[in-house]
Amino acid sequence: MTTTRTASADADPTTELPASARRRAGRSPADPRPVVGWLFIAPNLLGVLAFTFIPLVSVILLSFTHWDLVSGFGGIEFVGIDNFVAVVKDPSFWNGLWLTILYAGVAVPLTLAVGLALALALNRDLPGRGLLRAAFFVPYIVNIVAIGMTWQMLLDPSAGLVNQFLGTLGMQDLPQWFASSRWALPALILVTVWAQAGYANLIYLSALQDAPAQLYEAAQIDGAGRWRTFRTITWPSLLPTTIFLLVTLFVGISQTFGMIALITNGGPGDSTTTLSFYMYQTSFQFYRFGYASAVGLVTFLGIFAVMLVMWRAQRGRSLNG
Amino acid sequence: MADTTTGTAARPTTAASAGYAARQAQQKRRRRRSRWAWGLPMWLLAVLFLLPFAWMISTSLKPDADAFLVPMQWIPEDARWENYTEVLFGETSILPSFLNSILVAVMRVLGELATATLAGYAFAKLPFRGRNKVFIAYLATSLIPAQLLLVPRFVYFQQLGLYDTLWALILPGMFTVLGTFLMRQYFVSQPDEFAEAARLDGAGEFRIFSRIYLPSAMPMISALAILTFVWSWNDYETPLVFLSDPEKFTLPLGLTSFVDETGAMAPGLSMAAAVLSILPILLVFLVFQRRFVHAMTESALK
Repeated sequence: MTTTRTASADADPTTELPASARRRAGRSPADPRPVVGWLFIAPNLLGVLAFTFIPLVSVILLSFTHWDLVSGFGGIEFVGIDNFVAVVKDPSFWNGLWLTILYAGVAVPLTLAVGLALALALNRDLPGRGLLRAAFFVPYIVNIVAIGMTWQMLLDPSAGLVNQFLGTLGMQDLPQWFASSRWALPALILVTVWAQAGYANLIYLSALQDAPAQLYEAAQIDGAGRWRTFRTITWPSLLPTTIFLLVTLFVGISQTFGMIALITNGGPGDSTTTLSFYMYQTSFQFYRFGYASAVGLVTFLGIFAVMLVMWRAQRGRSLNG
Repeated sequence: MADTTTGTAARPTTAASAGYAARQAQQKRRRRRSRWAWGLPMWLLAVLFLLPFAWMISTSLKPDADAFLVPMQWIPEDARWENYTEVLFGETSILPSFLNSILVAVMRVLGELATATLAGYAFAKLPFRGRNKVFIAYLATSLIPAQLLLVPRFVYFQQLGLYDTLWALILPGMFTVLGTFLMRQYFVSQPDEFAEAARLDGAGEFRIFSRIYLPSAMPMISALAILTFVWSWNDYETPLVFLSDPEKFTLPLGLTSFVDETGAMAPGLSMAAAVLSILPILLVFLVFQRRFVHAMTESALK
């Protein structure tokens, strides 16, 4: 890179000068016209403005209003921070928050652990390794409706395959899964981990392939055991990947919506009404748009805060943060 | 087994090299044994992992009454292919939603590729005033979850007459921040010299982009296309909010038409439909597996 730089600098002495001097010297024929750049990003920028930026500003404004869809635009009423006060006092919000923490707090580490274990095993020389790797990834690319319908029947309390199996093991008091408020969230976690582990596995596998080979050789020569090699070389070298997965899985899983809407509809009772489903309920089942916007913003800010903490934890611990 | 090693290695003529060959053969044997010692459990685990899909296929070929037989019958006595013909050509055919899904996915891919390659290239290779500020705004926007934007989008789409049309799914998907990022990352890694040389030769900026840089970006472009196609194909939340007319449903919504209001479903039909909904994605995955994996890791690590 540096060599090509000097070569082009020889050919074009203006690149050696500071930017202000270059501007005075006039546009070099090797510089693009400044307006062309704007033309290039214009289609994308306009679309992002229209479909992301304006809605974002709107949702912030809406969160300070009281509005249900039925009363039309005339019915929009500015209420200051009332919605946010109401959010804090809303037991359904706290229930949703607790369920989201519980759900993501269990599902994310489990997904990471399963993905890492699979990746370590699949990183070996195995018969039919390519096919094996593909197999564990398949659930991740299947649409959530197909997955949800299948698992709903597999976890049927009386006739489902899972309970049939548990029954033959002689288990009494079989879990009622999606039919009971006690087991609905664990069932959701089970399906989530099954569906997401393939993704964590894939990312870990590609990170393992970049692992420092000389260090492993050195460890082997030093006679380090398998566990020590993992703890002192593999795990530290995977740390940035782990943090990355932690963040993306947390953001993705805390927004899980499809499975809840499809299988439990937030229930039984409100045992699976996580924040993201509660937000959907308040907006599209109760049409309380102002309040729903406030719930959404608080949720997003919460997720964002957790994300920042995770990134900072990485910066403290690894060199390439 | 030992024969194969003597065949490949130099012929053992002295005692020392014979010992070496024997050692090597032993090592190879051990390696092969450990290959299967790990391989067999992993294959069993993979089968267990994919068991829900086996159940799905098995149930799709059964009459509804047999879906929950105890014990489970993995191979149906006589396969009921009528489930598939019913799902494809019957009263609640999934074919229209199939076509809608294809239409939405293709439009989204084409639109995204067009806008993201242009913008990504500009962010990487065309300096203009305010570029960094716009880019930082993009970075910030990328963190906003689509969920948060559903309410305002819903309101706007109703006002613009886009509610309950496929455009409500297509339009936001054509202008993505993630696609722009991926393309920018790619173009940044390409040398500037081609563009500088072409400019001195008097080539226009669009020509430089489309003739020099775009063709070399094909791997990244196809990766982005595959990712977008899969996301679009599997999207459930957006159509649930923006569509109400069953004729406009995309596939994930169409699948739910086999579930009645009480949540009970016709197992045979719904599983046949589910199998059909997975096939195209599975095909894309198996054909483009290398590209696909590349796309996933690329979007993750950048």
